[in-house]
Amino acid sequence: MGKSLLDKVWAAHAVRELPSGQTQLFVGLHLVHEVTSPQAFQMLREQGLTVAYPDRTIATVDHIVPTHTAVRPFEDEEAEAMMSAIERNCREFGIRLFDPSSGHQGIVHVIGPELGLTQPGMTIACGDSHTSTHGAFGSVAFGVGTSQVRDVLATQCLAVQKPKLRRIAVEGALPPGVYAKDVILHIIRTLGVKGGVGYAYEYGGAVVERMSMDERMTVCNMSIEGGARCGYVNPDATTYAYLRGREFAPPDEAFERAVAWWSSMASDADAPYDDVVRLDGSSLAPVVTWGINPGQAIAIAEAIPRPEAYGADERETAEDAYRYMGWQPGTPIAGTRIDVAFIGSCTNGRLSDLREAARVAKLGRVKPHVKALVVPGSQAVARAAEAEGLDDIFRAAGFEWRLPGCSMCLAMNPDKLRGRQICASSSNRNFKGRQGSPSGRTLLMSPAMVAAAAIEGAVTDIRQMLAGSAR
Amino acid sequence: MSDLIPIRRVSGRPIPLRGNDIDTDRIIPARYMKAVTFDGLGAYAFYDVRFDARGQSTGHVMDDPRYQAKGPRVAIVNKNFGCGSSREHAPQALLRWGIKAFVGESFADIFFGNCLTLGMPCVTAEEATVAALMTAVEDDPAHDLVVDVETLTATYRGRTYAVRLPDAARRQLLDGTWDATRVLLAARDAVRATAERLPYVRSFRP
Ligand code: SF4
Repeated sequence: MGKSLLDKVWAAHAVRELPSGQTQLFVGLHLVHEVTSPQAFQMLREQGLTVAYPDRTIATVDHIVPTHTAVRPFEDEEAEAMMSAIERNCREFGIRLFDPSSGHQGIVHVIGPELGLTQPGMTIACGDSHTSTHGAFGSVAFGVGTSQVRDVLATQCLAVQKPKLRRIAVEGALPPGVYAKDVILHIIRTLGVKGGVGYAYEYGGAVVERMSMDERMTVCNMSIEGGARCGYVNPDATTYAYLRGREFAPPDEAFERAVAWWSSMASDADAPYDDVVRLDGSSLAPVVTWGINPGQAIAIAEAIPRPEAYGADERETAEDAYRYMGWQPGTPIAGTRIDVAFIGSCTNGRLSDLREAARVAKLGRVKPHVKALVVPGSQAVARAAEAEGLDDIFRAAGFEWRLPGCSMCLAMNPDKLRGRQICASSSNRNFKGRQGSPSGRTLLMSPAMVAAAAIEGAVTDIRQMLAGSAR
Repeated sequence: MSDLIPIRRVSGRPIPLRGNDIDTDRIIPARYMKAVTFDGLGAYAFYDVRFDARGQSTGHVMDDPRYQAKGPRVAIVNKNFGCGSSREHAPQALLRWGIKAFVGESFADIFFGNCLTLGMPCVTAEEATVAALMTAVEDDPAHDLVVDVETLTATYRGRTYAVRLPDAARRQLLDGTWDATRVLLAARDAVRATAERLPYVRSFRP
């Protein structure tokens, strides 16, 4: 019987089995941001600990940074205090910080891959649940809490339980207008928001194998929304081509040796799985969420389901979602008027996402009642997009072109919904209040669908729009 | 570093927090995470559910006069409690509000782990058990709910219910190694040896 990538990475990083039955796991790359780390550094100080492997931790700032100005000090004193704290902590403990002056700042899950820090076969941890994004490279990457951030800083290790493994094979080929975001929203809708609890997800099949690294990151990013703490794709030629030449990737003379090791870490053909799920990518349509968790999603042509359509388990949440969203049962999701359009986040804030959105932005102008934001995932994404003139396309169509950060994905900076505004968003969470207003409403969808909604002023089927433009 | 503190039993006044898929954004809205410490988070636990736009109480169970006990509390929850963000701010806020343990149908992975590193047991029970426990508490909340990690039981008003806890978590609570730092630090040499075996740590040098 062969081994899975999870088995191999786990074995390579296992320091020892702990008496509790957990594994002491070495962490190859630790990423840090300003929201979940200051308390961890404080714990180090209080407990008289140092950072064990300072060069295996990289820090950046993303959650609280304003996207309309880079001027310091920030107007928001709390944000400024958090910014100063991470600067001081990184200085004091000898950790490299990619702040806005570095030219490498951005959302932590965008900069790790684009700098070549994220590599196959690694274990990666970060005090952030979307650390699963890095699994796109064939790493075992998961989010941890602040006390565990302290553990990684102090020991470069975590005490963790090895998860079970579910392979999700998406076969066929995606129709035009259907994106990686639709694939993962469909997976979550199918398996449920708690379907992955206790599991790692291995994504494969023809659709995933054909995906670019950006697309694989979109899929792995939302593993946690399906309950799976980590999700990965086996590394292949696409992975290696992406990494070659990146700043922190192995240099040319070592690259072939690296590829040999990376390839050896991929799952064997006869690897064991605790569960296998097969889905047909050819039958997918654009997906939009209608409720208050990412599993409450429907295809664009469907009507918002009645709560009775859900099983006993999910009915209560569905009823709660109905009350919060204020829908009439049975209304189609297409045509829902929106107030705000948000393109960005670690799910869909990369260059290819902005390209797809810009392609749609060229087809019209943002409706006057819509506030539309484009927030690149990193400074590098912003530079590349500007070099292609995407910023001009967006501005000309009435979108605001912002500085990189998390922005309205969780609204810890000034970018927030107001009141009960409805936002078409390329981010990953539609939880109550997620986008900054306690009564704000979020509809998750692909960046192209967000751009289309901005232009129509309402949720719309991107396929029709693209077909119309081709005629 | 603190000494090893075994947690065999947690007892406190119960509070039922009904609902499936209660996410950590709801437990602590992101705007209250703009601070460099966890201090004071207790006041903002479930803030947007407890207070309306004008800051008036919505009559949430946490503000219900029947549930205003001093001292430690034990929360009773339904399915997939603590899903979403990895923010330790969520268990920290609940801990600071007074909750020291949970009995629920199921918990999200990261939330469960975060609670464990804070020494807060999250034990699970059958749907029917949780329902019975919630009803018993809502009938009369003025007694202590005892979660026993050793015997894997929850006891309320003389009735004892069976609960579950993964073996690893149970052992960590019982032997006081739930705060993992000390355990992890003890293996320094083995950590170094593991690191040196990894080709990427050696920068893929042969
Ligand atoms: S973009 Fe959103 S989900 Fe991603 S790290 Fe930032 S806040 Fe978290």
